[in-house]
Amino acid sequence: MTDRTVTLNVRRGEAGGESRIESFEVPYAENMSVLDALIWIRAYRDASLAIRYSCINANACKECMVRVDGKVAYACTARLGAGEATVEPLSNKPLLRDLVTDITPPKETLAHALAGED
Amino acid sequence: MTHLATDILVVGAGGAGMYAAVSAAREGASVVLADKSLVGRGGATIMAQMTVAVAVGEQEPDDWTHHLADTLAAGRGLCNEELAQILCREAPDRIREMDTWKVGWAREDDHMRQVMAPGHGIRRCVYVDFLNTGPAVAKTLRTRVARSDAITRISELAVVDLVVRQGRVLGAVAINLADGAPVTIAAKAVILAAGGLTKLYRRNSASANMGGDSYALALRAGAELVDMEFVQFFPIGHLAPRLVGMDPIMWDPFRYKLGGRLLNGEMEEFIENYGASDSGVYTAPRDIASFAILSEVAAGRGSPAGGAYLSFTHIPEPELRQAFGPVIDRLLANGIDLTRRPIEVSPIAHYHMGGIRVNGEMESRIEGLFAAGEAVGGANGANRLSGNAISETFVFGERAGHFAATKVAARATGLDFEWDHALAKPALDGIAALEARDEAKGPGAGPLFTELQSMMWDHVGLLRDAAGLEQALARLVRMRTVDLPALGTPGSHRFAITVQDWFDLRASLLAAEAITASALARTESRGAHQREDHPETDPSLEKNQTVQLEDGEIATDWVDVVRAPFELASLEAAE
Repeated sequence: MTDRTVTLNVRRGEAGGESRIESFEVPYAENMSVLDALIWIRAYRDASLAIRYSCINANACKECMVRVDGKVAYACTARLGAGEATVEPLSNKPLLRDLVTDITPPKETLAHALAGED
Repeated sequence: MTHLATDILVVGAGGAGMYAAVSAAREGASVVLADKSLVGRGGATIMAQMTVAVAVGEQEPDDWTHHLADTLAAGRGLCNEELAQILCREAPDRIREMDTWKVGWAREDDHMRQVMAPGHGIRRCVYVDFLNTGPAVAKTLRTRVARSDAITRISELAVVDLVVRQGRVLGAVAINLADGAPVTIAAKAVILAAGGLTKLYRRNSASANMGGDSYALALRAGAELVDMEFVQFFPIGHLAPRLVGMDPIMWDPFRYKLGGRLLNGEMEEFIENYGASDSGVYTAPRDIASFAILSEVAAGRGSPAGGAYLSFTHIPEPELRQAFGPVIDRLLANGIDLTRRPIEVSPIAHYHMGGIRVNGEMESRIEGLFAAGEAVGGANGANRLSGNAISETFVFGERAGHFAATKVAARATGLDFEWDHALAKPALDGIAALEARDEAKGPGAGPLFTELQSMMWDHVGLLRDAAGLEQALARLVRMRTVDLPALGTPGSHRFAITVQDWFDLRASLLAAEAITASALARTESRGAHQREDHPETDPSLEKNQTVQLEDGEIATDWVDVVRAPFELASLEAAE
């Protein structure tokens, strides 16, 4: 860890509402990932930031897909090299909140389970 | 109030939960398979890049009794021998069943390829190339689960409490993450398959949701835990340079196939100084390897980042490429050229030997409450043999599903027959009170969780003593009774991530306290539990410790090890 920081611009908002960019200064560590920075923000700046991830390091769960500087990427494999990056939710999936979109397969939701109950 | 009813609720949809669901469904039970992440994507299974121990004897003659002998030796006298026998005896059936489901075990000359792993006397471990065992297993089981009409899959449903009446489980209370709404689930049986607790430690190989949910749910429901002091540290987790997109325990298969030299900061081999041999063949038991690396670091002979070097620079590039093909390119993309410089490794929390105390049918002392996978305690004793984690995922998953379904069939009543909403009310009130305390902004659970991880690493990790354990225990009690109740859940409850954080922290604190209290009471060193103030193994402590809640407080006790004699089969005869 150095004294260097990077700026992460995060698009936030809820389904059906206005969205906005919020910027966070994050301590930089060599080769850190976008996901590392998002986890740091949740732990030390704003726990309410909604992100989805599971495996953290392995790029196995495929849950952390977002847009980084306009391009679709896994937050865990996208590196923070330059001094700044912009992170936004996927544009082709319904937004839940902040960086979380609805990527759950339709047959794996509570709504589907309830529909099948009757 | 959203309410579901099912024969069997499976909590956690990793390998064990999915296998349990498939097993219960083919016995005719209806199943709700719930995961607080996405079904088949969260948990530990999908991250396993390595090998699965199983006595199928396709590489060389083997028998399950030999697998059992190796498992018991690794467990340092504390394995529940009934569970260990079940594990080793049934693993071949499960591995072959997965084979018929086309998981794609690596083959050569038309037989499953089996490789050596530490602690095994025989080439016994199957895998899927390249470093793809876990993802292949997860995908195969996801497909089986999806094909069954009897299984209802629900992603992002976090079970926070079980509902119990007079020692029998009736169902659960959960939170639907998408909108923060509480959900009640009536179930005649519940299978806890929500994995382990390695996320409690600062250096770990855990996914986001391995914070001890299974253990906390079981304790709060009135079940017992066993062997909670035994946390396995993987000796050569990746430390530096920063590596993302790959599992931090990926170096193990490299060592199985290629050897690799473990060196201290002075570039000297050292493991021989700790009573194990290792050079080139990689057979040092995990607990000794972890202990050796930490001791070198403590003696000022660590690598720059605080671990040891692992070097493959003596291995020609064509050999590296032949063994690991595309993985070599993924490493190069991370700026790591194995032919040029060693990487740095360190022990990391990797697996939990302890868990829910169950009988051979995987049922706890709470009727209808079963466990599967890493959530089960006892089979691995004080130290797990490498390769047994995925085997137990399959074997215990299949058995939990089978016996839960058998039990449910014997109680042929309507689904909601015994559900009692009044018994769910305390949990529901707790959720409502928490959400009413909603604040717009705030630190949430993050700082407390970070403190928990550092404290567990420093005082309840690889090297322990009474002073450190007592200090940790006092702080844990205060975190549970003072800090947690005061903690808010900032932000919207659409995708209720901070509400989940709160319940995660509650579970983690209880699991951490169970480990710490057990570690304090075990005044000896054995397997993964190393006491600096009690360095010797005490033969009189060749017993298991149980943990239960008494009036809401952690209480430990000693019980005799479950013994189950067996005869080692002759391998010549088996041929």
